[in-house]
Amino acid sequence: MTEALNETSSETTAREIKRRAAAFVIAHRTSDEWSDADQQTLDAWLNERPEHSIAFWRMDAAWQSTHRLSVLRPQQSEPARRSHLMSRTAKAVAAVAAIAVVAYAGQSAFRPNEKVYASAVGDRKILTLADGSRIELNTDTVLRVIQSETGRKVRLDKGEAYFDIKHDGAHPFVVEVGKHRITDLGTKFVIREAGERVDVSLLEGRARIDAPDAKSAVLTPGDVAVATDTSLSVRKTETRRIENTLAWRTGLLVFNNTTLGEAADTFNRYNRKKLVIENPQTAGLTIDGTFHTDNVNAFVDVVQHVLKVNVKNNASEIVISP
Amino acid sequence: MTAPGVQEWFVREVLPLEAALVQYLQHNWRNRADVEDILQDVYVKVCEAAVKERPQQTKSFVFTTARNTLIDRVRKEQVVPIEAVADLDALNMAADDPGPERAALARDELRRVQAALDRLPPRRRQAVYLRQVEGLSRREIATRMGIGEETVKEYLAEGLFDLAELLFSEPADMRRRP
Repeated sequence: MTEALNETSSETTAREIKRRAAAFVIAHRTSDEWSDADQQTLDAWLNERPEHSIAFWRMDAAWQSTHRLSVLRPQQSEPARRSHLMSRTAKAVAAVAAIAVVAYAGQSAFRPNEKVYASAVGDRKILTLADGSRIELNTDTVLRVIQSETGRKVRLDKGEAYFDIKHDGAHPFVVEVGKHRITDLGTKFVIREAGERVDVSLLEGRARIDAPDAKSAVLTPGDVAVATDTSLSVRKTETRRIENTLAWRTGLLVFNNTTLGEAADTFNRYNRKKLVIENPQTAGLTIDGTFHTDNVNAFVDVVQHVLKVNVKNNASEIVISP
Repeated sequence: MTAPGVQEWFVREVLPLEAALVQYLQHNWRNRADVEDILQDVYVKVCEAAVKERPQQTKSFVFTTARNTLIDRVRKEQVVPIEAVADLDALNMAADDPGPERAALARDELRRVQAALDRLPPRRRQAVYLRQVEGLSRREIATRMGIGEETVKEYLAEGLFDLAELLFSEPADMRRRP
């Protein structure tokens, strides 16, 4: 009994029922380990009296309405905060929006079995699934959560997402990207859909990737799989490097011996104002550093001073030339 | 209470009437302490009816059910109400008119939720904020607030109880702060 819902007291007044309903909604919606036994306890309570269901609906509606508050998350624009890039403070103020995925007890008849989540350019979103699994959407991402009785399935239509999945042997967690399937075997991993190809980087645990042409590979920590419609390759890297590529989870980008071309491509995923590198030689210069995803200007300043390049800042784009 | 769509219907069409309904019940029942329980009875009757057939006019159906519930109570308790249930028609008409208030509520949903959050006691407000705005887990909230995880659950549940009262039960003009 992970949620310890089994108090024996029975409620008689409307107020007591409401308080109990609030406790159930919180237990259910904020649990990291909602068990079948917890679900049974909740179902039993809901089915006991119609008053219980109605109070639960009311509380759940109130809880859902607070999701709107996520737009109040702190903004990252204050220059003062730029100086402590990797500090706890920076991490704390990093924009985070929380969305709880809806999964009701006993009301399956009108439960939509597919939910779409999207993040705008420069935005991120965190989903907490009913089973406690977390999915973090990076910039410009579209993801669908498909609920079914037998398993847990997600479709990554576009963009990049980090998955921290609660393993459940009976209900495998599957991510579909294009024609590829990634099956979690208890893991933390990140998937990026990049047009022609899909990148899967594994941080913890194990996962299997199945490509459309029946090729498949089992990934272990440090593995980066690159899959296209016709190929599947896996290379080993340090998990630290994968962690660096996940700095977006706290609103940061970490460049380590990264070419200016790659860095510009990365920034362009997060910002509407695009970086343009005018010649290939310049694009091949490398740079190190940690930057906020939304602060192209800080990046350009560094590039300008360290690499001695020319920068033209227009309304729609920033052009870097030798 | 698992008929398809009833929950959705209740949340969409009945819950927004709660403030007016509470006002009506308070106005027509001497003992204010009973109002919460009467409201609950009204909800059960309304939802049980909706399981069989969704009423065409939710507002008048809900208020008629409220009036009948009050009349039943009067009979059962063998009391003669000082103010009988005479106000119903006036209130019912008012409730049927969407009015600027409700339109404004729909528009200002975020501001309304934010105002409700601002009115919570500080610790409950902090817990709800850390969860719903910053997206922290209960364990992370516990660490941040220097309390146990069970206490976090209590704060969240109490905060949610308060929020529901502020969002649904309070008359609209009380929700706004100067």
